[in-house]
Amino acid sequence: MPTFVRTDKCDGCKGQDKTACMYICPHDLMKLDKDGSETGHAMRAFNQEPEQCWECYSCVKICPQNAIEARHYADIVPLGGSVQPLRGSDSIMWTIKFRNGTLKRFKFPTRTTAEGSIDPFKGKPMPKMADITKTGSFTKDMMGGFRLGNQAELIRRK
Amino acid sequence: MSKGTFGNPEIVQEELDVLLIGGGMACCGAGYEIMRWAEAAKAENGIDLKIKMVDKAAVDRSGAVAQGLSAINTYIGSEQDPADYTRMVSNDLMGITRDDLAYDVGRNVDDSVHMFEEWGLPIWKTDAAGVRHDGADSLKEGLPTLKDGGKPVRSGKWQIMINGESYKTIVAEAAKKAMGMDRIEERIFIVKLINDKNDKNRIAGAVGFSVRNNTIHIYKAKAILLAAGGCVNIFRPRSVGEGQGRAWYPVWNAGSTYAMAAEAGAEMTMMENRFVPARFKDGYGPVGAWFLLFKAKATNAYGEDYMAKNKEMLNDYPPYGQAAVPASCLRNHLMLKEMREGRGPIWMDTVTALGKLRETLSPKEVKHLEAEAWEDFLDMCIGQCGIWVGENIEPEKKNSELMPTEPYLLGSHSGCCGIWVSGPDDVGAPTTEDHEAKDKIPAHLPQGWNWGYRSMTTVKGLFTAGDGVGASGHKFSSGSHTEGRMAAKAMVKYVIDNKDWKPELDTTAEQLVEDIYRPVRTFLEHKDYTTAIDVNPHYITPKMLQMRLQKMMDEYVAGTSTYYNTNAHMLKVAEEKLDMLKEDSLKMRAKDLHELLRAWENYHRIITAEAHMKHIQFREESRYPGFYYRTDFNLVDEKNWHCFVNSIYDKNSKKWNCFKRKHVDLVDKSKLFKAAAPH
Repeated sequence: MPTFVRTDKCDGCKGQDKTACMYICPHDLMKLDKDGSETGHAMRAFNQEPEQCWECYSCVKICPQNAIEARHYADIVPLGGSVQPLRGSDSIMWTIKFRNGTLKRFKFPTRTTAEGSIDPFKGKPMPKMADITKTGSFTKDMMGGFRLGNQAELIRRK
Repeated sequence: MSKGTFGNPEIVQEELDVLLIGGGMACCGAGYEIMRWAEAAKAENGIDLKIKMVDKAAVDRSGAVAQGLSAINTYIGSEQDPADYTRMVSNDLMGITRDDLAYDVGRNVDDSVHMFEEWGLPIWKTDAAGVRHDGADSLKEGLPTLKDGGKPVRSGKWQIMINGESYKTIVAEAAKKAMGMDRIEERIFIVKLINDKNDKNRIAGAVGFSVRNNTIHIYKAKAILLAAGGCVNIFRPRSVGEGQGRAWYPVWNAGSTYAMAAEAGAEMTMMENRFVPARFKDGYGPVGAWFLLFKAKATNAYGEDYMAKNKEMLNDYPPYGQAAVPASCLRNHLMLKEMREGRGPIWMDTVTALGKLRETLSPKEVKHLEAEAWEDFLDMCIGQCGIWVGENIEPEKKNSELMPTEPYLLGSHSGCCGIWVSGPDDVGAPTTEDHEAKDKIPAHLPQGWNWGYRSMTTVKGLFTAGDGVGASGHKFSSGSHTEGRMAAKAMVKYVIDNKDWKPELDTTAEQLVEDIYRPVRTFLEHKDYTTAIDVNPHYITPKMLQMRLQKMMDEYVAGTSTYYNTNAHMLKVAEEKLDMLKEDSLKMRAKDLHELLRAWENYHRIITAEAHMKHIQFREESRYPGFYYRTDFNLVDEKNWHCFVNSIYDKNSKKWNCFKRKHVDLVDKSKLFKAAAPH
C-alpha cells in the first residue's frame, strides 16, 4: 500500500524536530503536520505521496508507537487484508490477515549479534600501502573469501 | 539550523579528498574499506585524508537493499571458480560483458559475504543430513559459519538463502561505525558533478541540496565515488495509480548515477541494455526461490510449460540459446510468445510444487516450508504479501500469476548498463584498441580496459561501483559492496598520487545555486498567475513531467504497450519528443524541498532515458530478445554487433556520440554451450 498513520496512535514523536518515520523513509514520503494545516491532525505524521510508496515498511518497522500500517495499493488489491510486523532487536514477528479472515503468524530471525555491537576493525589486520594496487580487500588473507581461481582459465593472461 | 530561505538558500562549501555519493551497498563497502586504507596512508605516508559520505536518504534504509533481501545472489563458494561466474554473467547478458570486471568481483565477493555473517546477518545452512536451518538456528545448532566451512542453502548455482530483513541495517552499522557519523551526511541530494576549471576531463567536486532545510552544499573533492543506484520509472509502469510505487527495483533509484556521470563527460557503456524481470504479477515478488528452491514450474493458461514447449525458439539465437541455462531475456522471449498469442495468463504453479514437496515431509517440516515461502516475500517484497492476503492466495492452495514488468535500467542485477571503468590489470584484459571502428572513438578517451586506477571512469578522479559499473552485471548486493571496497582502495591511491593537486570548480557558486534552485524560483515567480497551483502555463510539475517521459518511452522506446517493440521510425519520434521534454525540464516547478527532490530526480531520469534511446537507436540489432526488439533489425547480429556500444555526452551541446568498442573474451565461453545437435 501505501502506508498510513493512525491518528489514535501517532504522537508526532513527542514534538521532536523530526519523527522516526521522516528520518527513515528512503523516498522522503513521511511528513509531520505540525499545526494540522495539511491533514487536520496537528502533530501527526502522514504519507505525503502515497503513489510513490514502495511498501518497504521502513516506517512501519521503526515507528515507536506502532502507529503506521499499510493499506495495500488500492488500484490493485482488494480490501480487507493486512500484513503487520513487530520488529524486535533480533527477530521480526509478522501477523498476516487475509481478506477472508484467515490468520497466519510467522517469526523470523533478523540478526545474530546485538544491535550496535559491531566493532568493525576488531581483530582485522592493518593493510600495507605496498599492497594498495593488488587485488583484494584488506581482509583478504583472513576472511577466507578470496578465490584465487584456476589461472589457466584466464586464456589471454601472459 | 540553516540561515537560508526557500527562495534564497544558504551555501555551505567544503573541501574534501574523497566524497562518496550514495549510501547503498556500494558506498557502505567503500566507507568500510576506505577508513582502514586511510589509516595506513596516515601511518606510512603521513597523509590525513578528508572523507565524507553523502546520502539522499538515511543509510540504515537506503539503496536497493533498504527493505531487506531473502537471498544473497552472488556467493561463489569454495567449490566454484571465478571463471565459471564470469561465464554465467556473460551468457545471461548475451555475450557482451567485461570479463575482467566480472572475474574481479568473482574472486573477491565472498570476503564481503563472510564479513556480513560476522557482523550478524543470519545465513541459512545445510547440516550433514541435508536438513536446512535458518541463520539463527544454525548457530545454536553449532553449525559452522561460511568462513569456517559451513554449507549454505543454495537457491541456485550462485545464490544463498538468508534471513535478510535487517541486511541493510547491519551493513550500514558497520559502515557508520567505521566512518563515524561526523563523516556521514544524510538527506542531502547531490544533483550535479563539477568538472575541473583547468581540465574538463577531470572531476573537481559535486553539488547538492538538503531536503530538510534551505541549504546548498558544494563539495570540492579530488576523488568521488558516484554510486547512487540504477534507474526506475522512466517507462510507464503497468500500474499507474497508487501501485506505481510498487516498482520492481526501488522507486527512489532515479538514474542519478548515469545522468550525473554522463553530464560530467564520463564514457557510458551498454546503455541500450535493460532488465525486464518476469515476476509475480503486480507485487513483483521474487521468483528465484520458487523456481530453484521449491522447484515450481511456470505454465501458460493451459498448463503447458512454455520453456519446454517453445524450446526450439532458443535455436534462433546461437550460441546463447544453447547454454544449459538460457539468458534471462530469452526466457522472457519464450513467455512472451504465449502472451502475444493469447494463451495467458502465465501461472507460477505453486500448488503442485508445494504439494510435491509435502509428500516427503513431516508436518513440522511442512510448517517450516510454508514459513520459508512467506519469508521469501516478507524479507524483500512485502507488497506481494499484500496482494496474497487481499486476493486470499495461499500458495499451497492457489496459483499466482507471473508477468514481465516495465523496463528497468541497472548494472548490478541482471542488467549491464552503466559507466565504462578501468578494470584489473592482472587478468589479461586488452590495453589497446584494435578494430575497424577504432577511429570513431573520441581521441581523448583511454585505450583498452585498464588505465591506472581500478573502478575509475574515463573522467579523472571519478569512480563508480554497483549499478554504476557497466558491462558487467550479476553483482547484486554482495558484489556491489565488493566493488565499493575495490574503488575505495583505488581512490586512496589516487589521492596520494595527486596530493599536491588542488581542485578548482569550473562553475561559480552563484551559478550553481541558480541552476539548482531554478524550480523553486520558477514557482515563486509564477505561482500567483493562476488560481490552480498545478495548472500554470509558466511551469510543469515534476509529476506531470515524469508521466510525459513515461508515456513517450513506453509508446516509442519499446515499453510494455508495444510488447517491447520499436524501430528506427518510432525512435525518431521519441527523439523529437525527448528534445522538447528536456527543454521543458528547465520549467519544472518546486513548491517545497520535497518537490525539488522530485524535480532533480526526474531531470536525471530524462538524461538516462535519452541515453537508453540513443543506444538502442545506434545498435542496429536486437541483442536482448524478450527485453526489447528492434523490429527493423530483429536478429542477434554476431558479425556486426558482437561489441560494446559506448557513448559520450556533451553537456554544452547536449548531444550524444555513440561508438563501438571491441569485445574480447578473457575466459573460454565455449564451455557454456551444449554440443551442436547432429544434422
